[in-house]
Amino acid sequence: MHSPTIESPLPPSPGAKPIYLKDLDFGVLAQCIHCGLCLPTCPTYDDTKLERHSPRGRIQLMKNVAEGRLDVTKTFAEEMYFCLGCLACETACPAGVDYTRMFEEARGDIERTGVLNTESRSWIRGLLLRGVFTRPWLLRLIGRGMYLYQASGADRLVRKLALIRLAPKNLQELEPLAPRIRPDFSDDLIGEIETPAAKARARVGMLTGCVQDLTYSHVNRDTVDVLIANGCEVVTPRMQHCCGSLHGHNGEIEIAKDMARRNIDAMERSAGSLDDLDAILTNAGGCGSHLKHYDHLLDDDPRYAARAVQWSAKVRDIHEFLVTLGIVKPTHSLAEPDGKPLEVTYHESCHLCHGQKITKQPRDLLKLIPGVKLVELAESSWCCGSAGVYNITQPEMSMKLLARKMANIAKTKASVVANGNPGCSVQLEFGTRKHGSDVEIAHPMTLLARSYRGKRQCGFQN
Amino acid sequence: MPHLVQDIAAFIPLDRILHSREDLLAYGYDGTAALHGVAAAVVMVQTTAEVQALVKYCAEHGIAVVGRGSGTGLSGGSVPSNGCVVLCLTQMDKVLELDEKNLTIFVECGVITAKVAEIADGVGLLYPPDPGSMRISTIGGNVAENSGGLRGLKYGITRDYVMGMEVVLADGSLVWLGNKCVKDVAGYSMKDIFIGSEGTLGIITKILLKLVPRPQAKKTMLATYSRMDAAAETVSAIIAAKIIPCTLEFLDKITLNCVEDYAKIGLPRDAEAILLMEADGHPAAVEDQAAKMVEIAKQCGATDVQIARDADEATRLASARRTAFSALARVSPTTILEDATVPRSELTKMIRFVQEVGARHRLKIGTFGHMGDGNLHPTFLTDEKNLDEMTRVEIAMKEIFDFAISLGGTITGEHGVGLAKKPFLPAAIGEASLGLMKKLKAALDPKGILNPGKIFD
Repeated sequence: MHSPTIESPLPPSPGAKPIYLKDLDFGVLAQCIHCGLCLPTCPTYDDTKLERHSPRGRIQLMKNVAEGRLDVTKTFAEEMYFCLGCLACETACPAGVDYTRMFEEARGDIERTGVLNTESRSWIRGLLLRGVFTRPWLLRLIGRGMYLYQASGADRLVRKLALIRLAPKNLQELEPLAPRIRPDFSDDLIGEIETPAAKARARVGMLTGCVQDLTYSHVNRDTVDVLIANGCEVVTPRMQHCCGSLHGHNGEIEIAKDMARRNIDAMERSAGSLDDLDAILTNAGGCGSHLKHYDHLLDDDPRYAARAVQWSAKVRDIHEFLVTLGIVKPTHSLAEPDGKPLEVTYHESCHLCHGQKITKQPRDLLKLIPGVKLVELAESSWCCGSAGVYNITQPEMSMKLLARKMANIAKTKASVVANGNPGCSVQLEFGTRKHGSDVEIAHPMTLLARSYRGKRQCGFQN
Repeated sequence: MPHLVQDIAAFIPLDRILHSREDLLAYGYDGTAALHGVAAAVVMVQTTAEVQALVKYCAEHGIAVVGRGSGTGLSGGSVPSNGCVVLCLTQMDKVLELDEKNLTIFVECGVITAKVAEIADGVGLLYPPDPGSMRISTIGGNVAENSGGLRGLKYGITRDYVMGMEVVLADGSLVWLGNKCVKDVAGYSMKDIFIGSEGTLGIITKILLKLVPRPQAKKTMLATYSRMDAAAETVSAIIAAKIIPCTLEFLDKITLNCVEDYAKIGLPRDAEAILLMEADGHPAAVEDQAAKMVEIAKQCGATDVQIARDADEATRLASARRTAFSALARVSPTTILEDATVPRSELTKMIRFVQEVGARHRLKIGTFGHMGDGNLHPTFLTDEKNLDEMTRVEIAMKEIFDFAISLGGTITGEHGVGLAKKPFLPAAIGEASLGLMKKLKAALDPKGILNPGKIFD
């Protein structure tokens, strides 16, 4: 530099453990010029006005860890988990900083060094990330149990008799957040291969997700119906695994890699080979953002690297795919019984708009539906506070963001909030219960499918 | 808990005194490349009384105080000196009064610039200064650095809109300077001394700003060039034709491609340079001016001149232009921004010189800037780990400054001196002028606790 640089007096810490961040290319870290243009778009900075809770503040801390001037401390770790990972900063950043990559590596470092480990945290993480979300059968078994708990009315009884107070505190706090579990899973609703009546315009692989499968399996059915109506042959592998985004975003990079490998294998088994597919589709914004990065994730795996590149090249969000394919105009009006248009507003999943830069397509699709009037939502791309498991790990900030979102939704006076991510749906549905709103939360594919079918219901509960 | 923190906690709540290693690292920089420092504590103040108490304490104990807003400065003005107390003013963010009869707005220093602009716009008024970082910069920071923006050509800079201010002096005492009068010659214009003083003379806590009526019409144009100096000639010709547009922004090929990579608004990637031109005012006058500007641009060799279809497109162009500096960071690990400014008649010479210097020292330079003000931002796209290249950058930078001065220009048009331009200040303003500045500093801050080491030693 041209003027005397004030050097940080903090010495490199001796004997630190090997750190992922340290292996990052200097260019990735140096990309951030701390101009501050990300600050006004960061929900945690906006709320606290503290630099440490801002994207450039966090990047500066990661840079200091990478350069050995800061250890992976408990404060650093807490900061990295206070970040929503909403990626609004990536949209705001003119310099093209790869925040996702730094942030995932930082969380990986945190888990490797174990600075946050406590008995209960390790137990819960182990149970969920390693135990449940790596085993599709176990996840579905738990889902079945939750469905019975809710469907039998036991949940209301437990609340009424205040039995929930007998449960551990963590569980008590989580119980109201629990989404309604569907009676059927995607495998019950969707055939492994479904073909349109006429010659197929495209052959696509369908990813059913884990949370989506448990709580919104009807959205998967709706998605397949929309695809069939658009002349696509749909291949849906059985008993699919979690895409691994939960693991990737929570410092379990090795498990994330394993999930990626299993998903590639499963798709190849059902489809013949990836070559036989025109696209691999997801209807979950959070998953899509991660699924598109399998190429980076598996670039050091000689057996999978090439297939992962092929995979990433074919993954499309459902909205993106339909607009590119050229959608068949939906036929039936969804107008209210009195003839007034159905007012729909659109909430943007962070990983759809910031992670994948898909903002126009879902709106274009909604506008195509007869009888639907799209009303813009103020701060539509501001995080709703769901952010993966953030509503569980950081309830206070999550609930602040939810209240802000629900207030903006109320201002639109819309009767439906469309959004393309199951995490957001769980959070927003909780928001309607918490804030006493009767707005319907729906996936754009559900609204499209209704229009193609010409009735609100199909052959299954909707 | 360190002694200092314990002491400050006597008059400021402990939860607003940050001193963890992580917090100090997160307040170790501003928007300037490669400058860092580590404070002893960062204090989030919320009232003038707290600022006074803190400054008084620091004065008594001889501790340096570095004022800070959102930390978006581009000359290192708010980079902490090691061991100082950072006085962070972002939480002093109340709008105190909007006076539509006198066309003024009275705000605390931590209010975000864009908020002032929005409030003014809401009642049909305009706050013209619009620095690139206006969505996050604080108005206090703008006044302390005397920030410019894209509309300087017609509307001037921050200084032209400050009518009054509340300032905490170096001993913790408080003064009010200025008023709502358009005319006021009662004594020295003391507020002007604090504007652009970079936190070295006092801490500005409240500001009375002038607003102007919002122009009725606006027209935005984009001219494309196959030669950089043709764009500079256009600017000189427009000024010489006695037209004062509100904006004449220049982007060279590297810059416009970086901006396009980010903003994707369809800028002409093959062009050697573009000029973003904007006229505003009475609808008939705007039509007339715009037509003349298009004609002049074509005469000077513009290959194409497009007129923005609507207000949305105009806003997209201006917003994209605001990202130029940050977008240039896409190219190389280190991005060093300069701020050389020359009289507008000398623009063509300056642009040619920057090109020639870049070629001679084998350096990549992206140039953009507020050409209508003669304010250029030649930006070095380099790598601080490449020591050989960094040496060439330093030589090139000095040559550019020397040349700007030889043309009657200055080393910084709008970013301030701070740390980054300090070595070049004596040559730019001369010993007598520097001596006067030092006398003023000694008179107002005899202990030298306010932002020491900035502007000059």
